[in-house]
Amino acid sequence: MSNHLLSLLIWLPVVGAIPVLLAGAGRPGLARWISLLVAVATFAASLALLPAYDAATGTLQLSESMSWIPSLGINYSLAVDGISVALIVLTTFVQILVIVGAWEVIQNKPHQYMAAMLVLEGAMVGVFCATDAMLFYVFFEAMLIPMFILIGIWGGPRRVYATLKFFIYTFFGSIFMLIGLIYLYHKTGGSFAMSDMANVHLTMTEQTWLFFAFLLGFAIKVPMVPVHTWLPDAHVEAPTGGSVVLAAVMLKIGGYGFLRFSLPITPDASHEFAWLIIVLSLIAVCYIGYIALVQQDMKKLVAYSSIAHMGFVTLGIFMGFLLVRETNDPDAARLGMQGAMVQMISHGFISGAMFSCIGVLYDRLHSRQIKDYGGVINVMPVFAPFYVLFAMANSGLPGTSGFVGEFMVILAAFSANPWIALFAAFTLIIGAAYTLWMVKRVLWGDITNKHVAELKDVNGREIFMLSAFAAGVLLFGIWPEPLVHLMDASVARIVEQLAITKV
Amino acid sequence: MPSINDILILLPEVYLVVAACVLLLLDAYLKPGQKGTVHWLSILVLLVGAYLVVSGSPTTPVTAFSGMFVRDGVAEVLKLFSLLITAVIFVYARPYLKERAIPFGEFYTLTIFATVGIMFLVSAGSLVTVYLGLELLTLSSYALVALNRDSRLSSEAAIKYFVLGALASGMLLYGMSMVYGATHSLDLHAIHAAIVGAEWKTLLLFGLVFMIVGIGFKLGAAPFHMWIPDVYQGSPTAVTVFIGSAQKLAAFGMAYRLLSTGMGDIAGGTSGLAPQWQLMLAVLAVLSLAIGNLVAIVQTNLKRLLAYSTISHMGYLLLGLVNAGPEGYSAAMFYAVSYALTSAAAFGMILVLSRSGFECEEIDDLRGLNQRSPWFAFMMLLVMFSLAGVPPLFGFFGKLLVLKAAVDAGMLWLAIVGAVAAIIGLYYYLRVVKVMYFDAPAEGTDVRATADAPARWVLSINALALLILGFTWAPLLAWCQRAFGG
Repeated sequence: MSNHLLSLLIWLPVVGAIPVLLAGAGRPGLARWISLLVAVATFAASLALLPAYDAATGTLQLSESMSWIPSLGINYSLAVDGISVALIVLTTFVQILVIVGAWEVIQNKPHQYMAAMLVLEGAMVGVFCATDAMLFYVFFEAMLIPMFILIGIWGGPRRVYATLKFFIYTFFGSIFMLIGLIYLYHKTGGSFAMSDMANVHLTMTEQTWLFFAFLLGFAIKVPMVPVHTWLPDAHVEAPTGGSVVLAAVMLKIGGYGFLRFSLPITPDASHEFAWLIIVLSLIAVCYIGYIALVQQDMKKLVAYSSIAHMGFVTLGIFMGFLLVRETNDPDAARLGMQGAMVQMISHGFISGAMFSCIGVLYDRLHSRQIKDYGGVINVMPVFAPFYVLFAMANSGLPGTSGFVGEFMVILAAFSANPWIALFAAFTLIIGAAYTLWMVKRVLWGDITNKHVAELKDVNGREIFMLSAFAAGVLLFGIWPEPLVHLMDASVARIVEQLAITKV
Repeated sequence: MPSINDILILLPEVYLVVAACVLLLLDAYLKPGQKGTVHWLSILVLLVGAYLVVSGSPTTPVTAFSGMFVRDGVAEVLKLFSLLITAVIFVYARPYLKERAIPFGEFYTLTIFATVGIMFLVSAGSLVTVYLGLELLTLSSYALVALNRDSRLSSEAAIKYFVLGALASGMLLYGMSMVYGATHSLDLHAIHAAIVGAEWKTLLLFGLVFMIVGIGFKLGAAPFHMWIPDVYQGSPTAVTVFIGSAQKLAAFGMAYRLLSTGMGDIAGGTSGLAPQWQLMLAVLAVLSLAIGNLVAIVQTNLKRLLAYSTISHMGYLLLGLVNAGPEGYSAAMFYAVSYALTSAAAFGMILVLSRSGFECEEIDDLRGLNQRSPWFAFMMLLVMFSLAGVPPLFGFFGKLLVLKAAVDAGMLWLAIVGAVAAIIGLYYYLRVVKVMYFDAPAEGTDVRATADAPARWVLSINALALLILGFTWAPLLAWCQRAFGG
């Protein structure tokens, strides 16, 4: 059992989607309960990863391997390190809350909604487990299908435009990655194993092409400036659950891809173009922050703030090259990388929570426009503290998980180049500005809209959902040690690799 | 003097010809109420044929009639899938033909004859056999396209198909005559030997160009694709599905026999004409990918959309052939099989959803299918994502193999063209999914699966196979590779 734990995590939700689809047609209650059961079971199984995984070494563990396509050397091989474990637990955790969040909200074909969510969960976990590049690619692409359906059926008025843009944009990035993988397969002499690809000798020219092929695939997923334009559309039109999964987990897959592909396979090109990534990340942090400031739509505001926060992830990852290879400061590189990873997990909680809050408001007033609200605290006194907490976390208040990752990255940036740190630190001001200003306009003040006066406070289901998010945000804000410990050895291994040149 | 051994090698073909004649006679003597018998019998005939193909399969290639007919692994794979897919098509076609009062007997007999044509074509060991198989296939197809006598579109399509097809046949024959003139042989192996030894290759090259025109026409590769949209749209859908799926296997077989067996390279050397035709096929591939995908975007008719999509898929198939090695051929054959299965399901869906007075041909006819018939909407979703090449569906792995074949051949640029084309293609497949899932059903329409139970069941199996084969395609690939000695 324990040696098939990863397969179980991938296939349990996918197989669980079948009874949801079949039994749930016409019986929405049954569909909801089955899918909740499946999600909880998957989460419970993912918790079994924590004791099973030995965080001290940071190696790839719990591996499973089985020949899939023998004549091409494609294997169904799975394994996890500390980073994957953290992301998998995040995924399964968020999934429960998404299903709880959709409970009464999704009235149109809830069984299809739930089934799509579960399939999506399986594919996302698969991405975090795969150690064969072709398997990774299959999961990476497979998750587009349920997301496409989720946005397209249950989305807002411009859902068709948004979902087509989302699918084609992402597909565009990844197909070039596929060509890159085929080329690497050719170079390794017939292996899609990611470890073989990391060991293959590549000239600088080859690395450069491959680097940009990977960059296209993962930068779109993260998303980085200037290929971020699909994200605000997708977020605004997606149903709440879709937005939550998109922000909390799917964006992380971009950052994860950089770690697994760009860094080990094209280290020299990554070093060569680290400045590009750093500049783009800083643009995301500062410029996208300003864009978030002027948004009228709450979801769009949080979507842009996601781009800005994900800037820290790419910054933390690629700054490592400067620190290891130029200033020769591997400890700072480790700190920065660690910060990027903490930021990934923390942003998963915070953005999921923010989108859930907006979903709660939207379900009541059917508007996401900031100007339609105002004085919400007067009618929703239980909801307001949650909203304030998540907003504080989003702006990086110490004591919340939002602070930890950003602080570590900024600290590491000082060792690399104080200018980087200076621009990165802008987020503390801009982030606070756009989030708190939104809170001010939504929660405080007098009630001007008569519909706001009729708002009902959150019910038990919503309190459960928001409390779970709040627990995560506070836990990793006050006591990040377990999370850092889980990933530390794995991060150290990645940092060691940064120094190894291939040319 | 043909021996009994020759006849035994040809047993599946001989059997099918006899069976088709018996069916024709039987149909003539049956009362109108009993015509259903012909339907089930012809499916049985095909399945028995498939059994004969597999059971009598030789371990090493054997030839009959002094090398004119070859029975090897390639022929086995292509024949088996042609027969099975044709049997599936018969199941789809029954309710369609019944409701439109299209003559049963002729449809089944002609299709079986066309299938025999496919079998000869893919087993060809000489230019004569290629031509014989091709003509049997196309002449039967012309008649099939015109089967719906009262439809103007159908007749128009048949005339177009006939005129252009005759022209292409003529071109092919002309090319063959040049090759014969230069090599003094009709046998493909002898031609190959003569080409390798030849010093003056100009006439051979001329012959090659004309033969590629013929192959391009049969494949439906741009710029020889003009007939495809009109014929696909105009034919009765029951015939379109045959032209659009099983016949692609024949086109691949024909290309392989003529280009590789007849004019290819010896392993490790380049003394054949492969470097020349590789480049020609690369041009055809790029044009097909571009024209097929770009023009498909603006289509509103589903059959026409699938027609242009076929053109682009043939571009992908050519990417495999361009490789000109066993890996490339097996990739192309895998692609042909995967495309044939997928397109059978795609047209099968149109057949299952249409009923008398409602053809379900327009993309808008699928509007809101998910509301009316979620199961078939899901099946169509699988088909569309398979055509678009999104993993984990079967179609993706075909694309993976042909892209890999192009990279292996040192044509990275061609693989990149294929990748860009896949992005463009994605749009119109997604549009079909969009119409089914995201749009509300139009007022006053009622699109639902009304076909009889066997058709619905077989279609479901066919579409689910695309998902299941996405996980279990290793045996099929190994089989394709074995066929080419890999």
